[in-house]
Amino acid sequence: MVVDGIGASVKRKEDLRFLSGRGNYVDDMNRPGQTFAHFLRSDVPHGKLNKVDISAALKMPGVVAIFTGDDFTGVGGIPCGWQIHSKDGTPMVEPRHPVLAAGKVRHVGDPIAMVVAETKQQAKDAAEAIILDIETLPAVAGLTAALAAGAPLVHDEAAGNICFDWHIGDKAAVEAGFAKAHKIVRLDLVNNRLVPNAMEPRAAIGDYDVSSGEYTLYTTSQNPHVIRLLMGAFVLSIPEHKLRVVAPDVGGGFGSKIFHYAEEAALTWAAGKVKRPIKWTADRTEAFITDAHGRDHISTAELALDAEGHFLALKVNTQANMGAYLSTFAPSVPTYLSATLLAGVYKTPAIYAEVKAVFTNTVPVDAYRGAGRPEATFLLERIVDVAAREMNMDRVEIRKKNFIPKEAFPYQTPIALQYDSGDYMATFDGCLKAADYAGFEARRKASAAKGKLRGIGISTYVEACGIAPSAVAGALGARAGLYEVANIRVHPTGSVTVFTGAHSHGQGHETTFAQLVSEQLGVAHDMIDIVHGDTGKVPFGMGTYGSRSLSVGGSAMVKAMDKIIDKGKKIAAHLMEADVHDIEFKDGKFSVVGTDKAKTFGEIALTAYVPHNYPIEELEPGLEETAFYDPKNFTYPGGCHIAEVEIDPDTGTVSMISFTAVDDIGRVINPMIVEGQVQGGIAQGIGQALLEHAIYDESGQLLSGSMMDYTMPRADDIPNISVGMEVTLCTHNPLGSKGVGEVGAIGSPPAVINAVVDALRDYGVRHVDMPATPAKIWALIDAYHPKMAAE
Amino acid sequence: MPQISLTVNGKPASATVEARTLLVELLRDKLHLTGTHVGCDTSQCGACTVQVDGMSVKSCTMLAVQADGANVLTIEGLVNADGSLHPMQAMFREYHALQCGYCTPGMVMSAIDLVETHPEGLSEEQIRHGLEGNLCRCTGYHNIVKAIAAAWPLMHNKALPVAAE
Repeated sequence: MVVDGIGASVKRKEDLRFLSGRGNYVDDMNRPGQTFAHFLRSDVPHGKLNKVDISAALKMPGVVAIFTGDDFTGVGGIPCGWQIHSKDGTPMVEPRHPVLAAGKVRHVGDPIAMVVAETKQQAKDAAEAIILDIETLPAVAGLTAALAAGAPLVHDEAAGNICFDWHIGDKAAVEAGFAKAHKIVRLDLVNNRLVPNAMEPRAAIGDYDVSSGEYTLYTTSQNPHVIRLLMGAFVLSIPEHKLRVVAPDVGGGFGSKIFHYAEEAALTWAAGKVKRPIKWTADRTEAFITDAHGRDHISTAELALDAEGHFLALKVNTQANMGAYLSTFAPSVPTYLSATLLAGVYKTPAIYAEVKAVFTNTVPVDAYRGAGRPEATFLLERIVDVAAREMNMDRVEIRKKNFIPKEAFPYQTPIALQYDSGDYMATFDGCLKAADYAGFEARRKASAAKGKLRGIGISTYVEACGIAPSAVAGALGARAGLYEVANIRVHPTGSVTVFTGAHSHGQGHETTFAQLVSEQLGVAHDMIDIVHGDTGKVPFGMGTYGSRSLSVGGSAMVKAMDKIIDKGKKIAAHLMEADVHDIEFKDGKFSVVGTDKAKTFGEIALTAYVPHNYPIEELEPGLEETAFYDPKNFTYPGGCHIAEVEIDPDTGTVSMISFTAVDDIGRVINPMIVEGQVQGGIAQGIGQALLEHAIYDESGQLLSGSMMDYTMPRADDIPNISVGMEVTLCTHNPLGSKGVGEVGAIGSPPAVINAVVDALRDYGVRHVDMPATPAKIWALIDAYHPKMAAE
Repeated sequence: MPQISLTVNGKPASATVEARTLLVELLRDKLHLTGTHVGCDTSQCGACTVQVDGMSVKSCTMLAVQADGANVLTIEGLVNADGSLHPMQAMFREYHALQCGYCTPGMVMSAIDLVETHPEGLSEEQIRHGLEGNLCRCTGYHNIVKAIAAAWPLMHNKALPVAAE
């Protein structure tokens, strides 16, 4: 009987070290003989770098070395991992992204020089003594400015600042749908630019061992093997057997720590030059101007409906900001991670989407929690609400009328994806009930009696995660397959170490993965250790993003454990002189079916390593197995989110009253951790909807560049969040799990905005772009009552 | 450079620091107490919260020299000699009030101050307001609020009064 197996809310193994201050984050580490780096960064958005004079700085106290762009001409640029082709078949424009700026600076924060000194302060002081001659060039900070005729070019080779002009879907079928439409609803939307702001700023230590010639990079990464591959093979030409990448405890990622950043390459390369370790830790200001931002799409959506409210066709045109350079996954976000989700949970028969990716003089934009799917969901759930209103239909009815029915799975959408399982009516009805949707009008009246405007908003969603079926990803432009790897080592006395390519930076893998092992091998939870985040220990792995750790990484573990059990059966058959086909493994014991003969897992493990009696001719000793797992399809979590808000019409302030989610994430391993993941994602979604916005001024300066200016959600901005589950199993992985990391951030923003628009329904408000700040809301209310404002 | 002496987690400590050295830099870089974290440059996130002479302080906002002679308590000092956890640490674990763990030490230190300074009781609203100075990006605060409410009775040895409303 397994007590800490699948389905138990086991308390987390990792908590004890985090709660007692014994975590091991990169900035907590120090290497013998360590020096410190400080990056001098551009404070102009766009400029010609005429001269970087380091002569005075070199004489400053404690300076070990100073490197500039000229030192990096012999190494590669920072690579992009995904290639998109434009409508005309041409590959995306992929300008060189130098490690340190060469010739030009292209955004505020672009690194120009790296100062290496004995102390952090000395490195900073010396950077102040570097004399820069930068000729400021006109910049483009936003999508509209970058696409204007005659706009300044971020890269000379990208005409019109276009990176690619892509499309998907059947345009003719969509036009036919529009031709027979009873009603066409059109909506312009902005998906606001966000700063991920994991609480731990990025940090890295480059180290070089002069005796072995081996480089080690300690870095705040969600995927150390990906960093080793990209940096070793494409930037620095260091073979992988001489390059180790370690990502120890990492303080949150949310996507921003997937990508290979220039600082990692600069520190690793320079450590080989100065032959001492070099440590760098970003301050928060640096995080704002160097960590890849998220979202930043402008879209126009048109939905064609028949007279009964059935969706006939959907047409979407999106402009997506790439920033100044292409970050690791950037091209995939507005295309295959967003446009392919435009069917949502609806059986819309024809969909066509166009996406123009655009360079601007801003920080690169890439995947942030949800990555593309929140943008698709926001667009869809907003236009469905607008359509309901303009068709005089109920928002619940119009959704129910268009849901993909549960009998229709597997369901092929008109835009590439095939959903394997789901029951959208179940999550929808479950959420309406949990949120007491039926009782809302009474609550609205009660708020009105207090002079408050109350609104309720519904959002439904499906997302594609469990990234990714490698052949499909390859066909869509991924430059690498997205397998996951598990190596399971059973020790002689029966304890177990799991080496996984997935990385935990808050997800609690050390606990949930151990639950998988406990369930399958019957080993006690505290006899299992999960090792991750070190290319020197883990054979390989593509890391953690796209809600893939359990559905892909966990499936690899299941496969490896199957191999362990198969081998254990052979050893047991030999020991008990039985046929291997008569051996059964259950509850941690190998037994001969129909007899009372049995061997414990520990006995088999001991025999595997230190046998007196072993089938040595037929079977290698040892009990350690490795498995690769490549998913057959994406996984498709779905669900319904309902937000309830109250607006103070005098100030425009939106208060979150309640938030209810009912999700289908497939099999749940640890309900406590799952609820925490959903709640955290929803808080980020509420942040996007009401508070957060990375704003550049026209010249390209980031105005919201600190936590004093950028509104992070605080405890009193977030309500209690009710989380429920209505599970259907994933049909194509051995666990039946779909993924939970991103659902909260995907489903929640449109629920909040739909609630805000509902609250303002008597003020002629059709749409509110995010974030719905008090100033924006107050202006909408004020515009409707011009006389009152004048009084 | 100034020489300072102070008590940290009940033990005497001394160090030579630059005048511009922050208390958090002293703790992390000189005394190797890396449980106290730095999450921002603007005193917004609270990851560096410690207690100085019984008061909750953001250690990025105080110079090390200002702590000369002070009694400083950090997250490392909360664990009892027998290895058992402070009630606030225990409730954070019980209620899954941490994910990546980075904001956690500062959050726990602030939460202890909040409970200690409210012997009359704490409503959910007071807890949420009381956490204004601490950012968490992982949990959505839901479970942190629950953990603090659960720690109050353990720290005050009586039931948490039900808020009158």
